[in-house]
Amino acid sequence: MPTFRQKVEATIPALRRYGRALTRDTDIADDLVQDTLVRALRSEHLFHGGDVRSWLYTILTNLNRNRLRSLARRPTLAPIEDNDAAELAGPEAGGRDIERALATLVDDQRQALLLVVLEGLTYREVAEVQGVPIGTVMSRLARARVQIKTYLDGERPALRRVK
Amino acid sequence: MIDRDAPVTEDELHAFVDGELPADRREAVAAFLANHPEDAAKVAAWRAQMDEIRTRYGAVADEPVPERLKLDYVMRTPRGGRSWMGMAAAAAVAAFVIGGAAGWMARGASAAPNGFASITADAIDAYKLYVVEVRHPVEVPGSERAHMTQWLSKRFGTALQVPDLESIGLKLVGGRLLPGPTGEAAAFYMYESASGERFTIYCAKATTPESALRYKTADGAAAFYWVDDKVAYVVSGPADRDRLEKVTKQVYEQVDRSGARKS
Repeated sequence: MPTFRQKVEATIPALRRYGRALTRDTDIADDLVQDTLVRALRSEHLFHGGDVRSWLYTILTNLNRNRLRSLARRPTLAPIEDNDAAELAGPEAGGRDIERALATLVDDQRQALLLVVLEGLTYREVAEVQGVPIGTVMSRLARARVQIKTYLDGERPALRRVK
Repeated sequence: MIDRDAPVTEDELHAFVDGELPADRREAVAAFLANHPEDAAKVAAWRAQMDEIRTRYGAVADEPVPERLKLDYVMRTPRGGRSWMGMAAAAAVAAFVIGGAAGWMARGASAAPNGFASITADAIDAYKLYVVEVRHPVEVPGSERAHMTQWLSKRFGTALQVPDLESIGLKLVGGRLLPGPTGEAAAFYMYESASGERFTIYCAKATTPESALRYKTADGAAAFYWVDDKVAYVVSGPADRDRLEKVTKQVYEQVDRSGARKS
């Protein structure tokens, strides 16, 4: 049986991948992963069984949500990473399209989509990570897919602000 | 038998794409899609999105895990005083705000002359100016470390320490005196790796007694900035955050005078 620590360690590459897609910034993503690890190791005693991986995704998701909130509270100082720029720029040729498309999503929808398609979590696991019913996960997923398709099809997406 | 007209919901289409559909509905949905080209196109588009997301980010998980994300590093408990880890973590957040602020605030317009924006800008300017200098990058060569330390400390008005970075492969090239943000003297040291990579440390008087560690990038250069005991330090180098963080950590630990006093 792998120990708690080994399980955490084995999840680091996946956390980096999720963080990178979630923030589209290597440094910010790795900072989130680092904070996630510090928190996880510090509160190991609070962890009672269950899936270590889901728990780590939950911590990272919450840390990122807090980060976006604190940025939103300081609008003049923090032109929210490149989200706004990405929203304003139209689709471009090349592999960055999907990155820009993801940037146009509301955070909850982006989390749901990435956890399902990139991290391979089940709807039930995503519901646990996000702390919402499965139906909510599915509607977030559906809205995310419509938004990305709209964006990639070249229609100007409705401008949304990350809350 | 498959009921070709079985009503298929939108939720089922998503579940179909995500492999969440119960086996007994999979064939029904496949049959439905064969007869409904519009829905089939939608499903194909979702699959294409999935492929693009995986192509774009999948390989991140194969990258080597950076040192600062290894559990041994994460668990290392810092020694007394302000911890490097805590500082570095805070810098991550600050980098954000400052990155935005630097662009938003025209330099010098509303920034205090010896605040973060202007000291870091001066330090990065000095880095860029002297780092390309081959013949006269410094006034006093690193071979005269003792003399240089004494001279710069005297001009600066406070005893300065010139960090020894040999343990991370950086040799002291030397140092020079520069005008600081308020016209007072600032000290500037340059280090070089075996491959010719250069890093600089800029020290100037600050008005705040202490500050958190902050990170800033500018045109291929990057800098970490903090204030300790009323001296602002800016470590500049090529824009490689992990590398610069390692260098900064060494510098920080050697000049950590407030920490040294506490212990």
